[in-house]
Amino acid sequence: MHIDIEELAKEFGTERALHPVSLSIPSGALIALLGPSGSGKTTLLRILGGLEFPTSGRVLFDGQDATGLTVQERRAGFVFQHYALFRHMTVFENVAYGLRARKRRERPTEAEIGRRVNRLLDLIQLPDIGGRYPNQLSGGQRQRVALARALAIEPRMLLLDEPFGALDAKVRKELRQGLREIHDRTGITSVFVTHDQEEAMELADLVVVMSMGRIEQAGKPAEIRAKPATAFVRDFIAA
Amino acid sequence: MSELALASGGAGVPRPTRPSRRHKEITTEPRGVRIALIGTVLALISVLLFAPLLAVFGEALRQGWAASVEALASPDACSAIRLTLIVAAIAVPLNAVFGIAAAWSITKFDFPGKTFLVTLIDLPFSVSPVVAGLALVLLFGANSTFGAWLVAHDMKIVFAFPGIVLASMFVTFPFVARELIPVMIEQGSSEEEAALSLGASGWRSFLTVTLPNIRWALLYGVLLSTARAMGEFGAVAVVSGKIRGVTTTMPIMIEILYNEYLSVAAFSLAGVLALLALVTLALKSLLEWRHADLLAATRRH
Repeated sequence: MHIDIEELAKEFGTERALHPVSLSIPSGALIALLGPSGSGKTTLLRILGGLEFPTSGRVLFDGQDATGLTVQERRAGFVFQHYALFRHMTVFENVAYGLRARKRRERPTEAEIGRRVNRLLDLIQLPDIGGRYPNQLSGGQRQRVALARALAIEPRMLLLDEPFGALDAKVRKELRQGLREIHDRTGITSVFVTHDQEEAMELADLVVVMSMGRIEQAGKPAEIRAKPATAFVRDFIAA
Repeated sequence: MSELALASGGAGVPRPTRPSRRHKEITTEPRGVRIALIGTVLALISVLLFAPLLAVFGEALRQGWAASVEALASPDACSAIRLTLIVAAIAVPLNAVFGIAAAWSITKFDFPGKTFLVTLIDLPFSVSPVVAGLALVLLFGANSTFGAWLVAHDMKIVFAFPGIVLASMFVTFPFVARELIPVMIEQGSSEEEAALSLGASGWRSFLTVTLPNIRWALLYGVLLSTARAMGEFGAVAVVSGKIRGVTTTMPIMIEILYNEYLSVAAFSLAGVLALLALVTLALKSLLEWRHADLLAATRRH
């Protein structure tokens, strides 16, 4: 699914989180929203996911206006910054949650849910942890479970908020590779937010550099490195 | 406390290959000071908590079990016990629902007047129950326009059962919300957002995510308000009119019996009231003990 963002703006009271921004995300791409805190990148991600609504502007999914769609209608797989796993449910129940939440007509049978959950646990290479609770997992395992839970609803896009933010450097490198592989295998249009320029440059097909609620530059990592459009981009990627 | 026990017990703490028998204490106070402190606390607990409880039961059973049971079997005592339980059974669930709704709206949403609402919820804590009772009498009594209208339409609130329920609800209003608000603030709303993004409706996310996460705080709030609803005296004394056998709840019946120098009857009923409170507390401990593993698994993320 390709996503078009047209003149999207967001105000919180008198605070401007996003100046009108426009962006086109091609189908199947892995995109990084890169910027310091307060740059509006998380706000943009939450608007895409339907967790916030823009003050003005439009969002198009495959050319269809999706600005007013509710969070449930969007079918966006969302991975939260601290994963937001349901702490009172086992890993299996966490991953199955989205399938069980479907209307009865569209809900898979119990056996089918079991098959799908196990397939996803295989995909994240944690086949044996279905019976555990989130607090019995390491940070890296939690992140992968959150990813599996988001993938379970067969999302039209994957939205990840600082997916590696809470992990140590070594695990971070491994999981980066893991995300890339899962993305390439599923081919889902994915957008992740990060403040780490190395992570963005290494992982993403397209990097969108943001600052103060504006898009400074959007392009392939090599382009941005070779030709930074503004002084901010030059300084930020050099850091 | 559990964390401290864990640290000194060394369950998950790395220690030298061979633990020495004489491991060092983390407390540095001399023995005498520790004994004095612990002794003071124990003495205070016995004088303030245990002694009064024992005195009540002792006085109730002064003339033996038979006298006590006979006093409890009197129609007045029976109706008081029944009335108290019915009032609690109505007031507590209603307050639990209101408390959840209030805590939910305060912690998950931003709206103008939020601080005012929080203050309003605390009002029953700061207003004397007698004042609350009087306010209800003024509002619904036969002397007010509204009260007169109610009486004209044969709906009696003051000096009747509905008034007692209203008074009990007023004094127990903050308990559930007060227990829930800090827990819900700490948990934030990202789990609910996750549920919504996975396609769950708001109602479903409340039932499957919010409610399980707050169930222990909810249980505690419900137990506290049950104990309070059964024990409320001031507000109920004013609105009930103390019509013997009709609007006398247990605390009020106890006072009446005590004033009539029927001390065995008074203390027997007081003993039952105290027992009801103890049972609620025991119930809470039992549930916590039964679900200790789940509790440990879900308390920290």
